[in-house]
Amino acid sequence: MPAKTKAERDPHLAISPKNRKPDASEVEAVTIRFAGDSGDGVQLTGGQFTTATALSGNDLSTLPDYPAEIRAPVGTLPGVSGFQIQFSSRDVLTPGDRPDVLVAFNPAALKANLKDLAKGGTIILNTDAFTLQNFKKASIETNPLEDESLAAYKVVEVPMTTLTGNALEGLGLSPTQVSRCKNFFALGIMYWVYGRSLEATIAWIKKKFNKVPTMVEANTRALHAGHAFAETTEIFQNSYRVKKAPIAPGKYRNITGNEAAALGLVAAQQLSSHQLFYSTYPITPASDILHNLARLKAFGVKTFQAEDEIAAVGAAIGASFGGLLAVTGTSGPGLALKSEAIGLAVMTELPLLVINVQRGGPSTGLPTKTEQSDLLQALYGRNGESPVAIVAPATPGECFLAVIQACRLAMKYRHPVLFLSDGYLGNGSEPWKVPGIETLPKFEISHEPGVPPEDFQPYARDPKTLARPWVLPGTAGYEHRIGGLEKQDITGNVSYDPDNHEHMVHLRAEKIERMKADIPEITVLGEPKGKVLVAGWGSTYGAITTAVKQLQSEGKSVSAIHLRYLNPFPSNLEAILKNFDKVLVPEMNLGQLQMILRGRFLVDAIGLHKVKGQPFKITEIKEKIESLLENKES
Amino acid sequence: MADRTFPTPKTGPALTRKDFVSDQMVRWCPGCGDFAILAQVQKTLPKLGIPKEKIVFISGIGCSSRFPYYVDTYGFHSIHGRAPAIATGLKCARPDLQVWVVTGDGDGLSIGGNHLIHAIRRNIDINILLFNNRIYGLTKGQYSPTSERGKVTKSSPVGSLDRPIYPLRTALASEATFVARSVDADVQHLAETLERAATHKGTSFVEIYQNCIVFNNGAFEDIENRATRDDFVVKLEHGKPLIFGKDRDHGIRMKGGLTPEVVTFKPEEPPKDLLVHNEKAGAEFAYMLTQLEPPEFPTPVGVFRSVEEATYNDLLDAQIESAKKPGADDLSKLLAGPETWEVAA
Repeated sequence: MPAKTKAERDPHLAISPKNRKPDASEVEAVTIRFAGDSGDGVQLTGGQFTTATALSGNDLSTLPDYPAEIRAPVGTLPGVSGFQIQFSSRDVLTPGDRPDVLVAFNPAALKANLKDLAKGGTIILNTDAFTLQNFKKASIETNPLEDESLAAYKVVEVPMTTLTGNALEGLGLSPTQVSRCKNFFALGIMYWVYGRSLEATIAWIKKKFNKVPTMVEANTRALHAGHAFAETTEIFQNSYRVKKAPIAPGKYRNITGNEAAALGLVAAQQLSSHQLFYSTYPITPASDILHNLARLKAFGVKTFQAEDEIAAVGAAIGASFGGLLAVTGTSGPGLALKSEAIGLAVMTELPLLVINVQRGGPSTGLPTKTEQSDLLQALYGRNGESPVAIVAPATPGECFLAVIQACRLAMKYRHPVLFLSDGYLGNGSEPWKVPGIETLPKFEISHEPGVPPEDFQPYARDPKTLARPWVLPGTAGYEHRIGGLEKQDITGNVSYDPDNHEHMVHLRAEKIERMKADIPEITVLGEPKGKVLVAGWGSTYGAITTAVKQLQSEGKSVSAIHLRYLNPFPSNLEAILKNFDKVLVPEMNLGQLQMILRGRFLVDAIGLHKVKGQPFKITEIKEKIESLLENKES
Repeated sequence: MADRTFPTPKTGPALTRKDFVSDQMVRWCPGCGDFAILAQVQKTLPKLGIPKEKIVFISGIGCSSRFPYYVDTYGFHSIHGRAPAIATGLKCARPDLQVWVVTGDGDGLSIGGNHLIHAIRRNIDINILLFNNRIYGLTKGQYSPTSERGKVTKSSPVGSLDRPIYPLRTALASEATFVARSVDADVQHLAETLERAATHKGTSFVEIYQNCIVFNNGAFEDIENRATRDDFVVKLEHGKPLIFGKDRDHGIRMKGGLTPEVVTFKPEEPPKDLLVHNEKAGAEFAYMLTQLEPPEFPTPVGVFRSVEEATYNDLLDAQIESAKKPGADDLSKLLAGPETWEVAA
């Protein structure tokens, strides 16, 4: 570890009487991770930094990484919560492979995150938390500030708690209250280092604590104090500027995938003129969709927090029978519980949208970590031949249009649609161009029987879509019964006839095939023919696209496709797959899409699998592609 | 948001039982108690003054759950145990509909127990009919959650070990606002009870003793048999003392505190301290009545409890109604969120 000056050891000594001019150097992209106890306000700090960064015109991508425990024991490794953001003057598609800067509020946060930090990266530490007691809690044997473990990094030691306390003197706050404000002190430091404006955060503090003027004062003071500290001490030799990214003009906001999905559902309500019924049971990481929708009563949105996952999907099916836009949301284990009822919706041919924000499994698994391991469950996890359509968004912002499209397919074809998001998409955020409502596609859904009562057949077919009529209770003269027993085609009567059953099994599969008419063909990123095609789905989009673009700029023969529809597949998929020597399928599972592509198209798809609860790094995908290009493996 | 409305059609000729008979062949075993219940439901529906397209029957799985196929209204034969959940969703979505749930002891209290108690505690405005035959019929004769302990069946050749669950006690423990019991064979009483249940606002829970002629025949023999039933049944009537017996010479009174006892008297001189039924009393009073059981006591039938409380579906609609203010449903504003920035061209 480089020897420190006296001023570095004691920042108070370093404060120079006159303000330094920011001596800003320009950088292209920066990745920062905030880490601390889940009670340290890490997610809040990250969220505020994100807003300030977005307002400054950078492109960005974020990834919160929080523990499953609400308040794990303070200072311990399981209690560490993290928030990562990458921002850049160019297009950003991932939250960054390795942080350049780590802000660690305690020793546990340092220990848990150090291995991810880029070599030569900067660590900003709250030295007040570096006590023997905290080392013990984090199972650290020697003080990392005194041994050689941090030698490869630039370490900035800041007694954040003490300095925050100094700034808040006279407000009469308890030590705990003071400590709670130190995240704003840290934020102030980061705002100076990256030239961010404090205004948006001050406005936020005022709004958030409007009933507690002391806390408005305290947090604002802490923020200013951090900013002034960074400006006046010499430990930050530099501040950095990331130029504005070339982003398409328009109005932007920052959005997470779960927010985008919730907004998409409200938009779908409007576009289809069908009231939204969102029925769910609280589960991580899908609950935010419920939280977002429960507030929107003024839009006529009905939310229902059911007694369990089965009741949640059951109530949605009931609402669909009644003619509403019925949606249930969950995560992996919840999808398992809903499977029988989804089969009922397949059998009764009722529209139903099931949102699965995937997490690490099996069983309770890793509730707060991301994974893509429910694809096969979504496709096949029901008794009988029970096909459902699958829509999978690729980015947080994309969840908006994807959910609208999923609603449209469900209502038009009278069939369940599964929406496969994941923890990374649901909680991750990116700048999102706010769409004009007039640009969104309306969809007409009719409940008219279209025939006089005496000719009405509940399982009559639309010749194009094969959908049956969605005639609602309350329609006089068209009383009919539906249910989970096999139905005779056209009449809808219960039928045990062998030929009819076979016909209906094929018919339900054919309904999914017919959806191809409503699904865009996939476009290839890069040349339409070549050595390696990387085929991905879901949240791996950012890492795959960045890796492929980087290799393409090096002149490598690699292209990429990203599947937003996994059932049915877009009609041009097979032709594309067969235009390449090798097909690589990176997935956060053990090869589920890979298996389907191999089985469906007899393509020798090669897998790249990661199941660590963390998204792919760009380098991981790049290395695999390079090795395939170099023929090191087949 | 355009809410779909379903205007009530102009009054036409009054509906009759026939209007509620569907074209489907009824496929219960000959002599099944379900036939009597179906007939009473079909007789009760025309009395309610509700157009038949506004009525929906929802069931789960089991013999009782075939019910919706046979009533010419809208209907949904769903999956095992889940009818209360589906009915809850439908009623929340479409409060204009009258929603009935038809379930059995296995469907409602075993696999679907959770949905049953939660529908009841929410006081969703639906009517739940639980056909209790104390046996699994459709799966051919295993003991059910309401079977008496020691029941010998195919799945319990030396007697079942489970203590039974009591439907009415479960409902009352879930703070049910309407709880009643009737018997398949007493058609008049059944019809009266169904009508009461249909007109109650909130969850109506009716347990109907129903004889399974194939797998549990005679389970309610004393109660169903015309010759014996007056001695084995006490009819609960609001404001009236609990008197029973062919000669109306037996009654029930409280032996201090909460312990009931049977007293015998001359019919013309009933004791003054007989227990008087009160439907509006707290759930604990009705709960005490559910503990009157043979052989010590007659089986009470009738309305145990009927009180008014706000329904979940009304409260849900009220929340939405009160949130509606001019401009509060501006989608553009919602999409933009709390913070936006402009990227210039």
